[in-house]
This record gives sequence, C-alpha cells and structure tokens, in this order.
Amino acid sequence: MNALRRYGEIYGLMLRNSVIREMNFKANFLLWLVVELLWCAVQLAAIEVLYGYVDEIGGWSKWQVVLLVGTHQLTSQFFQAFCFNNLSNVSELVRTGRLDFMLLLPVDSQFMVSLRQFSLDSMVNALVSVGIIGFALHKLGHQPGLAQIGLFTCGVLAATLVHYAIMCGLATASFWIVKAQGLIYGYYNIFNIARYPSRIFKGVFGFVFRWVFPVLVVANVPAGILAGLFKQPLWPMAHLLAVSTLSFLAARIFWKLAVRRYASASS
Amino acid sequence: MSAAALSKYLRVANIGMQNTFVYRWNFLARASFGIVPLVGTVFIWRAIFGSREDTVAGYDFATMVFYFLCVMLVENLVSPAEDDWQIAAEIREGQISALLIKPMNHLLYRTGLFLSARVVYAMVTLPIVGLLFWWYREYVQLPSDPVTWVLAGVSVAMAAFIQFFIAYALAMMAFWVLEISTLVFIFYSFEYFLSGHMFPVDVMPQWLQDTIRWLPFPYELYFPVAVFLERVKGEALWSGLAIQAAWVLLMALLCRWLWRRGVQRYEAVGG
Repeated sequence: MNALRRYGEIYGLMLRNSVIREMNFKANFLLWLVVELLWCAVQLAAIEVLYGYVDEIGGWSKWQVVLLVGTHQLTSQFFQAFCFNNLSNVSELVRTGRLDFMLLLPVDSQFMVSLRQFSLDSMVNALVSVGIIGFALHKLGHQPGLAQIGLFTCGVLAATLVHYAIMCGLATASFWIVKAQGLIYGYYNIFNIARYPSRIFKGVFGFVFRWVFPVLVVANVPAGILAGLFKQPLWPMAHLLAVSTLSFLAARIFWKLAVRRYASASS
Repeated sequence: MSAAALSKYLRVANIGMQNTFVYRWNFLARASFGIVPLVGTVFIWRAIFGSREDTVAGYDFATMVFYFLCVMLVENLVSPAEDDWQIAAEIREGQISALLIKPMNHLLYRTGLFLSARVVYAMVTLPIVGLLFWWYREYVQLPSDPVTWVLAGVSVAMAAFIQFFIAYALAMMAFWVLEISTLVFIFYSFEYFLSGHMFPVDVMPQWLQDTIRWLPFPYELYFPVAVFLERVKGEALWSGLAIQAAWVLLMALLCRWLWRRGVQRYEAVGG
C-alpha cells in the first residue's frame, strides 16, 4: 500500500509539471486541439459519404457508427493523454542512450517511461468525444440505463489498457529496431480498424483482430453496450476484460525482456 | 544543367541511398502495418456491396478493391516518408548552415535525397505490396491499352513531385515557426480526406468533386490511379493531366520562393 501511495505522489508531481509545461505553449496547445478536431471531422465526413450509399453496415446504422467512432475517439484520446507521447519517445531514448537516466531512478522503469508526461489537449478532446457520443445517442433516441453506463465506463478503461499494451509492445520493439517511426505509424494503422463494426470481419483476419491484436473489441464492445446492441452484454465485456488483462501482461513481460538486453548507447 | 552539376546531385542521391538503407527495418515495419487499413477497407466495402444490389458511383466490388490496391502501390512508390520532418529539423537545429555554404541548390539537393529514398523504400516494400496483389489477385484488372500504362506512369511521377514539393513547402515553415507538426497534421487531415486515400474521389458528392478538381489533393493519389483504372478518359484525362502538371510547376516555384524568403530570415540557431 505504501508503494502505491508513493507512486501516486510521484504521478501527481509529473502531472503538475506537465500541465504547467503545456500552459507555457498556449498557441501550440490550441493548435493541437484544432488538429484533433479536424481528424475527428474527417472521420465523421467519411461516415456521411459511406452512408450515402447504404443504410447499415454490419448491422450498424449511421448514428450507431457515429457512436462507435466517438467511443473509439474517447478511448484513444484517453490513452493519448496519459501515455502516447511518452511511448512514442522510447525509440529516441534508446537511440540516444538517455534511457539510462530512467533506468537509474528508484522507480519502476516502465512506469516512468510510460507516464512521464501528460497531454492536457488529449483530455479536452476526450471531452469532445463524449459530446459526440451524447449527440449520437440523442439522434438514436436511445437513453442508456445506469448499468449500461457503468459497463461502458469499465469497457472504456479496459480498452485504454489494450491501447497501452499494443503501443507499449511496438515501442519496446524499438530496442531492436533503432529507428521506430514505422512502429508509431503501426499503432495508427492497427487502430484504424477499431472504428469499424466488428461483425464485418471474418476468417483469419477476424480472429487476429479479435484475439491477437484485439482492436475489434476496444470500441465495439463499449459502444455496443451503450447502444444496447447485445442481448447478453456480459460476454463481450468478459472478452474485452480478458484481452486487456492478457495484452497488458504480455506488454509487461516484453518490456522486462527488452530492458534486460539493453546495452545503452553513445556513451 | 551541365553534366558536372548533374553528377553532383547524383552523388547526393547515392549518399542518400546509403543513408536510407540503414532504416530498412523501419520501412519494412511501416509497409507491413500498412496492410491493416487496406484489409479493413476491403471488409467494409464487402459489407457495403453485400447490402446493396447496385454499383457505387460506377464501382463494383472488384474495381473498388483494385482501386485501393493501386492507391497502396502509388503511396509506396511516391509518398515522402520523413522528408518534411528531416528538413524542418535541419532548419530548427541550424544544420542547414553547412548546406548553405556549399555550391548547391537546396531544392535540387533535397530532390536528389527524396528520389534516392523512394528507390530504397520501394525496393524494401514492393515485395509486401506484391504479396497483397497476389492475395487479392481475383480483383486485379490490368489495363490492356499500352497508352494507359504510359499516361498513368507520367501521372504517378507528377504525383510524386506534387507530394514532395508539398512536404518541402511545409518544412519551409520551420523558418518562421518553431514547431511545424501541428501545421503538417492540419494539412494532412485535408490530404487524407481529399486525395483519394479514404475512398475514390468520385464516390464523394458532386459539389465537392467540382471544388477539389482545382486543388492539388486529388492529383496526389486519386488521379494517377483513376488514369490507370481507365476511369478518366478523353477530354477529362487531358485537362486532368494539364492541371496536374500546372500544380507540379506551381509547387516548385512556391518551394523556391519560400526557401529564398526563409534563408533571409534564417539565424543559424545552434550552428
């Protein structure tokens, strides 16, 4: 319990530092907000174009897909607020040997590397996603119950863990592949399909994206629960919890393995 | 350009090739992950065509899949990978001072590096693209007319230069602002939607098509692929090629102008 409190205090300090830092670059902060809003608008525009040709895709209507995209946006912005920038920096830390300083600190290295900086702009964008979800629910004329909202919240948190695990795994691969921009690009590409209705994916790819890189679960399950699409929401929820736990453990083991073979650089 | 000058830039290209080869694993990773969105796209269009009898704006399922395969091929051939970030970083960190004192035209120097990086990138990633063409071979419908091949080739080359000049022009912003990534991503969001990356431009509403016809975006990806698919013919083909060529020229001039203005402001920070 003591350790937990210590880590809590450390994180509190890092959080405070990040926010102060971010407020020093207000123009940049606002521009990042614009960037994310534009990307969100692009996705919504794409839905508009596609649903000009069909009424439903994989059993999801237009506003249900907007709900799905909003949910995906929420989980990824949530993840990006806490970890994304830190993890995408790992390859740079490895390449320059600056990782040494993190390894020397008397705290867990994965904790330090993953959570060092917090991005306030992503948190604001997460709120925008909540707005999109709310609007989609309004358009659907669907009022979720308290249990649904509770499950949805759990689902979003578990989904964030899947985001973390996959990105952490990619970042850890940069211990072997020194220049890892390609891997960051990989994160975006893999999660690209998280905003599609899961049911349209069949065969080998369906299996891979449900169990190996479980991106078809991260947004589909919470969004489906909120929209009341599942007769029995506990099964999909169990699936999500299982893959998030397993992928987090895998990321943890991979990180430990990588740090053990790390030989520093440039010194 | 004299033979000596040409050999100078060929030398640059050669060095660039060797430097880029270091990043072959990075390229391979990038191309492999590029498969995922394509697979997603194929599944979504299968679902869309499954729930309607008719074609979509003249595309049937096979043509649609082939369109996205070609987009992927063109992207792997022509899209600058990191040129914009590299140039911007060189400006920000003052490394271009070393280039300024050399008897070289920066735009040509960078073009040499861009082309060499494209060759290496394509060599590394084409096996993956080839594999995808094989995997989806039932949808591949190569044009029979040799003229189409030639015109599509020309159009792809022009698309490469438009994309590269845009990246270069965005990087030039580093002379004025410290951090260009927000500007780059704002531009990319338009490019992503309007270049034909997400779906063929002619699937979009007519008013939007009429507007973006005059913008550079569709000529970065959609147009060369549409030429190859023989979806633009006759007058539209020639006027499209003309607009594309005009954008190549215009962007090149813009790059030159931005570079000159930028260097006047340049302070050689940290140099």
